[in-house]
Amino acid sequence: MSASGLRSGHHPPPVVTGLGVVAPTGIGVRRHWESVLAGKSGLGRITRFDPSRYPVQVAGEIPGFDAGRLVPGRLVPQTDRFTHVALIAAEAALDDARAEPRSLPEYEMAVVTASSSGGTEFGQHEMERLYQKGSSWVSAYQSIAWFYAATTGQVSIRHGMRGPCGVLCCEQAGGLEALAQSRRLLNSGSRLVLSGGTDASLCPYGLVAQMATGNLSTEDDPARAYKPFDVAASGQVPGEGGAFLVVESAASARERGVGHYGTLLGHAAGFDPPPGSGRPPVLASVIRQALANAEVGPEEVDVVFADASGVPAHDLAEARAITEVFGPGGVPVTAPKTLTGRLYAGGAALDTVTALLALTSGVVPHTAGLERQAPGCDLALVRDRPRRTDPRVAVVLARGHGGFTSALVAGRGDRTDIGQ
Amino acid sequence: MSRRAVITGVGVVAPGGVGHDAYWDLLTAGRTATRAISLFDASGFRSRVAAECDFDPLAAGLSPQEVRRMDRAAQFAVVAAREAIEDSGLELSSADPGRVGVSIGSAVGCTMGLEDEYAVISDGGRDWLVDHTYGVPHLYGYMVPSTLAVEVAWQAGAEGPVALISTGCTSGLDAIGHGVQLIEEGGADIVLAGATDAPLSPITSACFDAIKATTPDNDDPAHASRPFDGRRNGFVLGEGSAVMVLEEAEAARRRGASVYAEILGFAGRSNAFHMTGLKPDGREMAEAIRVALDRARLDPDDIDYINAHGSGTKQNDRHETAAFKRSLGERAYRVPVSSIKSMIGHSLGAIGSLEVAACALALRHQVVPPTANLSVSDPECDLDYVPRDAREHRMERVLTVGSGFGGFQTAMALGRPRTQREVA
Repeated sequence: MSASGLRSGHHPPPVVTGLGVVAPTGIGVRRHWESVLAGKSGLGRITRFDPSRYPVQVAGEIPGFDAGRLVPGRLVPQTDRFTHVALIAAEAALDDARAEPRSLPEYEMAVVTASSSGGTEFGQHEMERLYQKGSSWVSAYQSIAWFYAATTGQVSIRHGMRGPCGVLCCEQAGGLEALAQSRRLLNSGSRLVLSGGTDASLCPYGLVAQMATGNLSTEDDPARAYKPFDVAASGQVPGEGGAFLVVESAASARERGVGHYGTLLGHAAGFDPPPGSGRPPVLASVIRQALANAEVGPEEVDVVFADASGVPAHDLAEARAITEVFGPGGVPVTAPKTLTGRLYAGGAALDTVTALLALTSGVVPHTAGLERQAPGCDLALVRDRPRRTDPRVAVVLARGHGGFTSALVAGRGDRTDIGQ
Repeated sequence: MSRRAVITGVGVVAPGGVGHDAYWDLLTAGRTATRAISLFDASGFRSRVAAECDFDPLAAGLSPQEVRRMDRAAQFAVVAAREAIEDSGLELSSADPGRVGVSIGSAVGCTMGLEDEYAVISDGGRDWLVDHTYGVPHLYGYMVPSTLAVEVAWQAGAEGPVALISTGCTSGLDAIGHGVQLIEEGGADIVLAGATDAPLSPITSACFDAIKATTPDNDDPAHASRPFDGRRNGFVLGEGSAVMVLEEAEAARRRGASVYAEILGFAGRSNAFHMTGLKPDGREMAEAIRVALDRARLDPDDIDYINAHGSGTKQNDRHETAAFKRSLGERAYRVPVSSIKSMIGHSLGAIGSLEVAACALALRHQVVPPTANLSVSDPECDLDYVPRDAREHRMERVLTVGSGFGGFQTAMALGRPRTQREVA
């Protein structure tokens, strides 16, 4: 035993027993996977407000997400959309895992979420009241809806999960960091962790803040706006939504008699040096560390789910790192996130779900919308259509604004009911 | 698991002064740094007192561009990180950057920057479709709290694991716990760990006003924060940051580092009860304490001081008192317990890091900081809360706890460095 409760020695890798998705590709894992295989994009002109005055008008919105219908009554006005989305995805993941939290030891279950920007839309509404009407008009729920821990708190309450809950904010890398923390918890006394990430900052303030990075695409044709690794790459498209995964110790899944989508074999994280330092980005080193952590060689990796920024300089850096580790064209690379846009905290959580579905179904989904690879991006991109290649090991990459860099290695599970 | 984490550097920006020496002076003098809010016009608010930092970012060593780029919370964290690094005596430029990590906590991130910019781009709240042409280039950095960890990572030249932990008012303890994990699991040898919050702005004050969590007693600001006192009626908001250098214990010993404390054990539990409410039985906090002691291989009788969450709300102080009794039994009545929030207010996510810093300094100086403003007893709070005056006290191991919105309960045990404990 150590201060953090981490146990030494070998641990069998944790398994993923349940998935929940609420994303621009659809509500529900099946719908998401169908959209991915069909290359059906969830990008479109923003409908949640009139974007005409902004140079960025395309985003990935969740189709048909009616919080009033899906989210339990009082939680609708008490929480922001990023929590609405999470409550639905979390419940779906538990159902999918056939996990009944009330029947499991309360302190051995935890909720670990990623959030990149918290309850932005709720916050914009309340700041509007504050500045237009006065401080006494600010909602009593502002204090629990706006902050980054809102989702973990609400999901923990809803399902009675009383273990070591957590919240990680690592921008686009948050989803992988939440999974990594879940893995640590499973090695220190927890048996089941509900892990995931969501963001939904598609309100005017959220969009304008995202525009400030200069990384968003100003292309107004949804089919042309987000083309990572392509000669026509013009930046990123923001999206909303995310995914939850039930991550469980292998022993717990066995004891409950449930199958699993895959194993979390390894992880590593690093951070890019500051701009202007002259030092190289850390991605190649992080991939190598994650493979070492997983005890997997580069030649054993069957597919890489790229971060796929869409900003040409980022794409080039990522392509170079992948090539450095796997060799030129040495591993199939894909980025189904062109269908959703970048979901921030939800992005890598959803990519991990997609990777697990690819492993269990034997099919590598393609990156829809690519035409011609940008010079210097020497990647074996999976384009045009899905490939039935029977992958066994996938690597998921995520890079967050400022320098966050994470890599996760996942292995194939025995549960094939959704992928088939 | 043979890798252990020790604290070898402490940096503080707190109400009452910049730097850990000023901080310790304030705490041991039992002085309070609460006052009428000066950072914004609070005249229309229910609660108009706060513990503010007298902080001049240029005097604290930041450059004009850093000041422009960074929200106040980031400025605090960077100044605290610089002090911690210097205090540790580490030459980070000669360390392997890939082995240096960062774990920073914050409950509300860059709220001030977000609100100030909102007021401009919405033209005083007039426009829902805010005007992007008035947005500052750093606006996205305010929207994502991860910026706070980014800024600290840049200070340290960290290329190892970097995270921003945001579990409400336990963020500080949880971020330091996360840093300990990184060292124990071998992901990093050095971690800059701590927390920062600068929530003194209209929107934060308004949201605590709305739920009557903060004190409405505005007439005597210096005595407004009264944890465990019979007259308490809400907490006093604060701001600040503490950042610590955590090192792998053996590496710290080899380089002859001066060690403040070792982190012996920590654990978190959630009450899954209510986002802001606490059951009076303190059950989940007691469980967090029990597990933290178990991981530290300590018995209740080994704990020589408890740094309480002690926010000064009635429900917290009773919840916490019950949790100490439930987890420590008879020991709860014999161990000094104090709340430094009586002096520096409640800086949300940052406070846990300031409390760990206070524990590290208490272990070094063998002095328990007091609970200021405590003079009227509450029959439900019947422990030794070290009222008003600091106390010299022999301490080998101490406990600090946090409790926050969302139901988070965290406990952490710290001990004097092993060499000193062995000598003693």
